[in-house]
Amino acid sequence: MTVMTKKPENPTAHLTEADVEQIGVELDAIRQSIIDDRGAADAAYIRRMVDVQRKLELGSRAVLLASAFPPAWVAGTIGLSIAKILENMEIGHNVMHGQWDWMRDPKIHSSTWEWDNASTAEGWKHSHNEVHHTYTNIVGKDNDLGYGIMRVDEDQRWIPMYLAQPLWNAINACFFEYGIAAYDLELGKNLSIPKEKRSDEFKRRARNTITKIRKQATKDYVVNPALALPFGGFLPALAANFTANVVRNVWSHSVIMCGHFPEGVETFERKAIPENETRGQWYVRQMLGSANISGSKAMHLMTGNLSHQIEHHLFPDLPSNRYAEIAPQVKALFDKYELRYHEAPLPQQVGSAWHKVVRLSLPNGFMTTTTPKNLPSQMKLLYGMATGGPKVRRAAQARLEQQARRIKAAKAA
Amino acid sequence: MSSFSSLRIGPSSGRGRSTAGLRAAVGSRVRRVAEAAVTPLELDDVLDVFSPLRAGGPLRGRIVAVHPETRDAATIEIKPGADWAGHVPGQYVRIGIDVDGVRHWRAYSLTHGPRADGHVSITVKAVPDGHVSSHLVHGARPGTLVHLEQAAGEFVLPPESRKLLFVTAGSGITPVIGMLRNLFPSTDEGVLLPSRGADRDIVVVHVAPSQPDSIFHDDLVALDAAGAIRLVTRYDDEHGVLDVGSIGDLVPDLAERRTFACGPSGLLDALDAHHEEHGLELFVEQFRTSRVEPGEGGTVTFSTSATDVEIDGATPILDAAEAAGLLMPSGCRMGICMGCVLPMREGSVRDLRNGAITTAVPGETDPRGVLVQTCVNAPAGACSIDH
Ligand code: FES
Repeated sequence: MTVMTKKPENPTAHLTEADVEQIGVELDAIRQSIIDDRGAADAAYIRRMVDVQRKLELGSRAVLLASAFPPAWVAGTIGLSIAKILENMEIGHNVMHGQWDWMRDPKIHSSTWEWDNASTAEGWKHSHNEVHHTYTNIVGKDNDLGYGIMRVDEDQRWIPMYLAQPLWNAINACFFEYGIAAYDLELGKNLSIPKEKRSDEFKRRARNTITKIRKQATKDYVVNPALALPFGGFLPALAANFTANVVRNVWSHSVIMCGHFPEGVETFERKAIPENETRGQWYVRQMLGSANISGSKAMHLMTGNLSHQIEHHLFPDLPSNRYAEIAPQVKALFDKYELRYHEAPLPQQVGSAWHKVVRLSLPNGFMTTTTPKNLPSQMKLLYGMATGGPKVRRAAQARLEQQARRIKAAKAA
Repeated sequence: MSSFSSLRIGPSSGRGRSTAGLRAAVGSRVRRVAEAAVTPLELDDVLDVFSPLRAGGPLRGRIVAVHPETRDAATIEIKPGADWAGHVPGQYVRIGIDVDGVRHWRAYSLTHGPRADGHVSITVKAVPDGHVSSHLVHGARPGTLVHLEQAAGEFVLPPESRKLLFVTAGSGITPVIGMLRNLFPSTDEGVLLPSRGADRDIVVVHVAPSQPDSIFHDDLVALDAAGAIRLVTRYDDEHGVLDVGSIGDLVPDLAERRTFACGPSGLLDALDAHHEEHGLELFVEQFRTSRVEPGEGGTVTFSTSATDVEIDGATPILDAAEAAGLLMPSGCRMGICMGCVLPMREGSVRDLRNGAITTAVPGETDPRGVLVQTCVNAPAGACSIDH
């Protein structure tokens, strides 16, 4: 994919300035309708969710005391995985967005919530709420696009390192919480600064993150296994905690990939964003830069309603339990303005996102030009590109692109 | 522990202390392990799931019954949490209750003396536009959890004064009924006159719009009939609006009495002027602060930095404060990240996106202040922000 403004057909070309502002007005009206209506039933929803999550987690941990007994291990691990997913997705992420601040309950508030994750609430709120939600899908500004280590766009020059990108992505999925913590700290950038020049703010946040990781690890890998020790379950309990963390990580990584990564979701060029982006323009960027997952109620719940990524990005501060209800109105608005409402079932979105990761790990045009028949020669070309100097790469790249263009032209004819 | 105290002779007293110390040490060790097992939650968060009224947790209570008093007033009986420290009749309690999902705090007089069952009660009159009071009177259900602070207030009976006058209007009767019930418990056999109330000489002048609207009317009449008090009622529909200047006619020995008054500010102000003029002592209690209508723009006081900033009704507080040289927390600057929220103690702000007004009233809203997003709110009148 290419940033939207460099595409031959800009999907917003048919919208006038007035259209864009009108979209803003109509979306504001949808937001207001929920604000006017939210109340006791919504409050009861989140309180029940918190209550169920806590009981599920405590219950699962209790079962894991007997984790030396395999069925208990299985049941406890499933329970704990679900509890951790609920805590991170439907509760933590949404509470930290301030979706429930209107209740004025200090116990369920964006300013006080701390989540079951290696990254600190403070770090997450900065990098996610502030940077990602404000600069959604702007290449170079929104680090959610690849967390700084991936090639997420055709326009990023290909270098051999990117061949390992699918592997990185898989490892990142398993240990996603640490990836997020590193990304919240802008670790790559900060570690490249000489030690004595790093800002105090960075040092403070790094200290907090280390404390958080230590506490999290002590809980999952020391204290809870130790409680199972009298029942001979130290190692099984440790394994159960580890598994639950990996399950949660892989799941949340998949959901997040689905939100902005599938093929067809737009990315934006920094230069093309006006200095004073209007509310309407911001809304349109959110509309085109997000993708939904269709599915059952349970699936929506387990994704923390990030399956309604479009609605979430338009209204990050509306209670998540209301996204499903406004989705049809939002969709109708997309139709009215002839914009693409990007929605597909989970396997399809995950597949699409992974397809993109793999495609971009290879030089532009490589996938299009490769067939089972020419595979050996293509592999040789790739080997040459990976081991040769920049000159070799540039020449081979030009050839690939030419071939790809020809194939496309032939297909179109 | 008592077995140790009996052994407190010679060296064993040292042993007693060290055992207690050991127990405390073990207790705190256990707590630390438990905290480590549930982080990032606090142990309290976990215990709250099972026992919200336990000792050591945040102070809460559970509504056990709602007794209607008049058509627009009800007494709410609450079982307070284990840490409730008790109260003196006449004191009030601040109570936090969720109405339409939003937490509100209000202060209400406790309308019983300390009770054998440990419950406390407040009596609430639904005031026009008062959606918290209306909710308590008409919508509160037994079983609901409420948030409490310890009882507070100086409006209590001085032990030494014998001759008293209470002037109450409307729901201003509530702290007084708490005192009277404590002095003269009413039982199935009628009002008791135990010694603690026997030597008092009490007059109650009670003002209300009409008799059916008068909370505790029957209780007051019963107290009067039993000789515990002398009751003078003044109903607006029957007697016309009370002229405070004529209070000496209703209570001839006014000068010998200590006056306690509770009611709306109009009555209290008039009484204050009257007593001042006659050189008499007056104790008052007033809950409802007069409200300021939200306006356009205003002075924002940043309390910790001791800075006042004049801001118009169209400029976000964040922008104006930064322009005035204050270092402000911020993030997206468009209302989506909550990176800029600060507690507002007092005053009103207007959300520039939809015009919604948020108001903080000391004593009525959260004691820590109402958190507002400074990037999308402009002042709607004077307000004070902690920063
Ligand atoms: S700065 Fe982001 S909500 Fe105010």
